[in-house]
Amino acid sequence: MAERGVLRTEPGKPDAGVSEREQKILGIIETARAKRPRFKDETVTMAHGAGGKATQTLIEGLLVPALGSESLEELGDSGVVRIDGLGLAISTDSFVVRPMRFPGGSIGELAVNGTVNDLAMAGAEPIALSLSLILEEGLPAEDLRTEVEAIAGAAEAAGVEIVTGDTKVVERGHADGMYVCTAGVGKLDDRAQLSTSSLQPGDRIIVSGSIGEHGTAIMLSRGEFELESEIASDTRSLWPATDVLLSAAGASLRCMRDATRGGVASALNELARASGVAMTVREGDVPVHPSVAGAAEMLGIDPMYIANEGKFVAFVAPERSEEALAALRKVEGCEDAVEIGEVKTEPPGMVLVETAFGGKRVMDMLAGDPLPRIC
Amino acid sequence: MSMRYVDEYRDAEIGQALAGKILGSIEPGRHYKVMEVCGGHTHSIYKYGIDDLLPENVELVHGPGCPVCVMPMGRIDDGIAMANEEGVIFTCFGDMMRVPGSKKTFTDARAEGADIRMVYSPLDALRIAKQNPDRDVVFFAIGFETTAPSTALTLKRAKAEGVGNFFCMCNHVTIVPPLRALLDSPDLRLDGFIGPGHVSTVVGARPFEFIPADYGKPIVVSGFEPLDILQSIHMILTQLAEARAEVENQYSRVVPYEGNVAALKVMAEVFELRPHFEWRGLGFISQSALKLSDAYADLDAERRYEVPGVRVADPKACQCGEVLKGVIKPWECKVFGTACTPEHAIGTCMVSPEGACAAYYNYGRFAREKEVV
Repeated sequence: MAERGVLRTEPGKPDAGVSEREQKILGIIETARAKRPRFKDETVTMAHGAGGKATQTLIEGLLVPALGSESLEELGDSGVVRIDGLGLAISTDSFVVRPMRFPGGSIGELAVNGTVNDLAMAGAEPIALSLSLILEEGLPAEDLRTEVEAIAGAAEAAGVEIVTGDTKVVERGHADGMYVCTAGVGKLDDRAQLSTSSLQPGDRIIVSGSIGEHGTAIMLSRGEFELESEIASDTRSLWPATDVLLSAAGASLRCMRDATRGGVASALNELARASGVAMTVREGDVPVHPSVAGAAEMLGIDPMYIANEGKFVAFVAPERSEEALAALRKVEGCEDAVEIGEVKTEPPGMVLVETAFGGKRVMDMLAGDPLPRIC
Repeated sequence: MSMRYVDEYRDAEIGQALAGKILGSIEPGRHYKVMEVCGGHTHSIYKYGIDDLLPENVELVHGPGCPVCVMPMGRIDDGIAMANEEGVIFTCFGDMMRVPGSKKTFTDARAEGADIRMVYSPLDALRIAKQNPDRDVVFFAIGFETTAPSTALTLKRAKAEGVGNFFCMCNHVTIVPPLRALLDSPDLRLDGFIGPGHVSTVVGARPFEFIPADYGKPIVVSGFEPLDILQSIHMILTQLAEARAEVENQYSRVVPYEGNVAALKVMAEVFELRPHFEWRGLGFISQSALKLSDAYADLDAERRYEVPGVRVADPKACQCGEVLKGVIKPWECKVFGTACTPEHAIGTCMVSPEGACAAYYNYGRFAREKEVV
């Protein structure tokens, strides 16, 4: 039996026996890895929008170098500007979900909550949103009316005002019914000292509830799988939870990220890289609704990679993590919040999973679209 | 829906107990190499961290059993040529989308304008054909004997219903010829095989009898849950310890020894063997793939469309074959980490994220970290 916590080395070879050639190859890989990714693709593919490695290459290889501002380099969910001492968070997001309506929500609610949550994850109280609608010729007015009502309802629930907007109509066939873009401004909270690069070994990793529900609800509502389930999207504003965590943990709350595209796995990987730390996640402790687990099993997808719209991961220094968790569990929608792992030192930039079966593996970023497997 | 029944095959305590039994069944100082033939096993081993539960001297070697990764570049190029034909809706499984042809993947071709759609079963493709009677719908069929029966049944249905715009580009492969090709190589360094459970539900366990009979190696047909795999490894090691070489069936709850006779019958009706077929990384293997029989010629996409049909040679420097046979380590391949990387994969072992080379590229350094702090 392999000793716990000790990983296998190359069979039959002690570490000292690593050949010169292998060392050289490992060196080449290290160098290639450490380089900033370069955007070399000839065309944009769906993978560039899936939230995994290709998205990262697009952002870090093209957008950040071309536009580079200090705040953009942070790669946070929101950008931060300071005007005469007042800290503001700014964020923008576009919504192109298909179908427009699905169990638990619709494109209008997502458009509000998505931007509100990007502000909240930066430790900012959402104040105001802008709203742009891109409508396809032929969209039934009833659908538009329903979505505008959904937007109004979600904004009211989240306590934000929609203060400006724009509408465009494009020819039939150029937008899938409607696309919605929102931008938001939030006021940075004085209690917040959040940063993607502030994670310390020993910090506890908290997930705010059961994962994978939004992505599963969308996939099943497309009707391609002939599976039925009661799973509904988890879309909701995360500011109330952020507010409570800031009160309970203050500066011990190091960082938060909502686990949208690419799921919890991609969020953890991005932060491990940004802070130069490792993470260990106990798979058995990650809450997954049995229906999500069942659908994921049948489709060959790991729930850790499925999108959420109302769940986040938070990193809290160990001395305040229990209080933070207890407070979080009292917030509506976070009753199942739980600690799922810990920040470690080695190997930097990597997320390890202790499987429920007792093994260990690396949990990488999502590569490509989350595609079902056939074998 | 309830998936509860699988939990009992994932019990960590039983896993630890099995790991202990495995430790007890090995000879100290002997190094064991066991190949899991099927990509599904590779996936489970990775997902549950099964490697991590094995003693250092029991090594798992990933086999050629991923039907996606073994598709040669020329076949992908031909598929893209069909997809680019005027009016064609091209359908394939999602796994296929990222596999590189000589110049591009199906994902790239779709981004450039081809109408390529992911489907979850051949019946989905047939449904698309019925919904679009004025367009040709091509299904890019892949897989071992596991998925071949569902392609065969779909083709039968298309014929029976007179769907005139549904065509199949058949890339189905068979499991025994590549295993024999591996076993025939003089430099093979494998001690035993974890047999492919899903394929065996169709072909049964009998076709693997040649492995112990002709080559003296044990094979255990295995299920896909972590306890299945650990138990199969234990059964293989036990055979080795007792100097036995037999076909054993760990997955008897699903696999009948004689296979699924009805499925084999429909396959025989719809398909016939190709004289030879190219495998990425392994080269040409005779009688290792299926094509549509003459009775189904009018549904055969390869007979309907002019395609390049050009064989695109694997780069000479690619040594996937040796990696698969366990002769060399990934890093000993001449192009590993330089010309061949996960972003620009050349060989089958780098194409699949779970392939031996991709795994080593991504995690090799990590595997050497002695202590995980």
